[in-house]
Amino acid sequence: MQFKSHARILAIALSLALVAGCSSTGGSRDGSMDGTDANGGAGSGAAGSGQVSGSGVSGDRSGQQADGRIPEVRTIYFDFDRDSIRSEFESVLVAHARYLRSNGNARVVLQGHTDERGTREYNMALGERRANAVKRFLEVQGVSPSQLEVVSYGEERLAERGGSDDAHAKNRRVVFAY
Amino acid sequence: MKALMTTWLGALLLMFGALAHAQSDLTIEITRGSDRATPIAIVPFAADGEELPEDVAQIISDDLQRSGYFEPLPRDAMYDQPSTGDEVRFGQWNALDVRYLVVGQVSRGGDGYRIRYELMDVSGESRMIGENVTAGGDELRGGAHYISDQIFEAITGIRGAFSTRIAYVTAQGTDDDMQFALYVADADGHNSQQVLSSREPILSPAWSPDGRRLAYVSFETERPAIYVQDVNTGQRARLASFDGINGAPAWSPDGRRLAMTLSKDGQPDIYVMDVGSRNLERITNNSSIDTEPAWSPDGDSLIFTSDRSGGPQIYRYSFGSGESERLTFTGNYNARGRISPDGESLFLIHRSNEGYQVARQDMDSGRLVVLSDSRLDESPSVAPNGTMVIFATQQGNNGVLGAVSADGRASYRLPSAQGDVREPAWSPFLN
Repeated sequence: MQFKSHARILAIALSLALVAGCSSTGGSRDGSMDGTDANGGAGSGAAGSGQVSGSGVSGDRSGQQADGRIPEVRTIYFDFDRDSIRSEFESVLVAHARYLRSNGNARVVLQGHTDERGTREYNMALGERRANAVKRFLEVQGVSPSQLEVVSYGEERLAERGGSDDAHAKNRRVVFAY
Repeated sequence: MKALMTTWLGALLLMFGALAHAQSDLTIEITRGSDRATPIAIVPFAADGEELPEDVAQIISDDLQRSGYFEPLPRDAMYDQPSTGDEVRFGQWNALDVRYLVVGQVSRGGDGYRIRYELMDVSGESRMIGENVTAGGDELRGGAHYISDQIFEAITGIRGAFSTRIAYVTAQGTDDDMQFALYVADADGHNSQQVLSSREPILSPAWSPDGRRLAYVSFETERPAIYVQDVNTGQRARLASFDGINGAPAWSPDGRRLAMTLSKDGQPDIYVMDVGSRNLERITNNSSIDTEPAWSPDGDSLIFTSDRSGGPQIYRYSFGSGESERLTFTGNYNARGRISPDGESLFLIHRSNEGYQVARQDMDSGRLVVLSDSRLDESPSVAPNGTMVIFATQQGNNGVLGAVSADGRASYRLPSAQGDVREPAWSPFLN
C-alpha cells in the first residue's frame, strides 16, 4: 500500500524530531499567515482547548488500559498556519495510539478542519494535511494504517462561527471519529 | 423571434418543473453604482388596466442598474409615461439628460402574455428596437430578462446575461449539526429551486457548458464525492469517490471532460476525467497541494492553485507542452482563479492587507487590481458575458453573495433571508 512507504520515510523524520512534530510538506496555511493575527488566535485557542485536554488525558491514563475505553479527548487543535502536532496534544495522540494498538478491530476516521479564511477547496487540502500529520504520528506509534482513514472537511463544518481569533483557533482541528 | 422566445420559455418551465419546490430566493441590494453609468429611463409598461403579477419595467430597470452600465431614471422624475414610441416627446427626456428610453405594453394573449417594447435613442430621436415578445403564464420575469438582454446588447454591443441562472449553496448550523442545500435561481436571485439537500457538506457546483448539468461535491456518504446531476430530470451519477479528496470539478469547454482534484495518490493533484468513459488522466504530480482547476476558454490549458512555491499561487498547465508556469506574483496568497470568457482577465481571490478579496489580473501585463471592498471573499464566478463576477462574502456573521463589475466600478449583494449563502456558480448562456 501507498501508506506504508510513506509512513516509513516519515518515521525517520519523526524519530529525529518527534517533539517538533512532522511537517514534511511545509506548514499548512489557513487564512492569513502574518504572525500578528496568528499569535492572538493560537494563544486564546490554546488556553481554551488546553483545559479540555488536561482533564481528559489524565482520565485516560488511569482508566484506558484497564477497560479499553476510547480516550475521551477526541479533538486536538492546531496553530495557525501549521500542521505540526502541538506538544500539549501528544499525550492525547499517544492515548489513542495505545487504544488502537490494543483494539486491532477498532477503526477511526481522522477528520481534518481549517478555519474559514481562504478558499474552500484549498482549505480542503489544508485540512487533509493536518489529518495526515495525525495519521503519521499514530503510525509511528505502531498503529496499523488499516485502522486509520483521513477525511478532510476543510472549512465546511466550522465548530464555531464568527470571525474572532478564538473562533478561528477552535476551528483549526482534527477530530477522532470512531 | 416570437417563436424562439416561446420555445425557450417552455424549455425553462420544463427544466424547473421537475425540481423540488423548496425556495430560498435572494434579494438584491445595490452597494455601489458606477460613476460612468449611462442614464436611461424605463417607463412603466401599460397594462390595459389589468393587474399584472410582475412589474416588467421594474425588472428591466433593476437588471440594467445591476449591470453597472446604466443608471435608470427614478419613476417620480418622469413627467410623462408614454407606452409607444409614437407618444414619446423627445425634448422632454432630453431635458432630463436621459440618453435612452424604453416604453412598452403588456397584454393577455393566448395562455400567457404579449409584451411589446421599444427602445428609443433620445438624442437621435429615433427607434433602435421594436419587438413583440410572448411569455408563458408564469414567465413574465423571463420575458422581462429577455428584453433586458436585447436592450443591453443594442446599446453596449455586449451580449446580455440577464436570462442566465446561478447555482449556490445554503448552510445552517455548526459542526455535526448542519443543513446544506444546493439551489439554482435566476441571475437576479428569483425563482430559486432546490436541487439537493443534505446534512453533510455540499460545495463547488459547476455548470456544464450546455447549462443542463451541474457537477458538485457532496459529502452525503460522509466521504467527499463528485456527482453530476441533470438539472432538468434530477437524474445524477457519482463520478469520483476515490480515497481522500474528490473536489473542485471543472467542465472542459466541450463538456466532455471534468478537471478535478484527487488525493488518492498522496497529495492533492489535478486530474482530468473523460465523462463518458470515466478514464482518468493525471495532470500534476508533486508533493505540494494542487487544486482548484479551471479551463481556459479555448480548452488548451488549465489554471490551478498550487503551494509549490510556499503559499498558494495560480499556475497554468498547457496540454500542448505538458508544462506548468506560474501566473501570479503579487502578494503571498492568490487562489481559485477563473479566466474571463475573452481569455484576457484572470479573476481570483487575493489576500491583501484588508483581507481576502476578489481581484482581477490582466493576463498580458500581469497587473493585479482588487475589485471588492469586503474582507472574506471566496469562490469568484464570471458571468458568461464577462461583465460581472459573482462571489461569496460575509455581511455581519452571515455568508452572502456579492457581485462586482469586471472594472470594479459597480457592485451589489444578494443576501438570503436565512442562513449562509455561498459557492455561487454563474451559468453559461441558456438561450
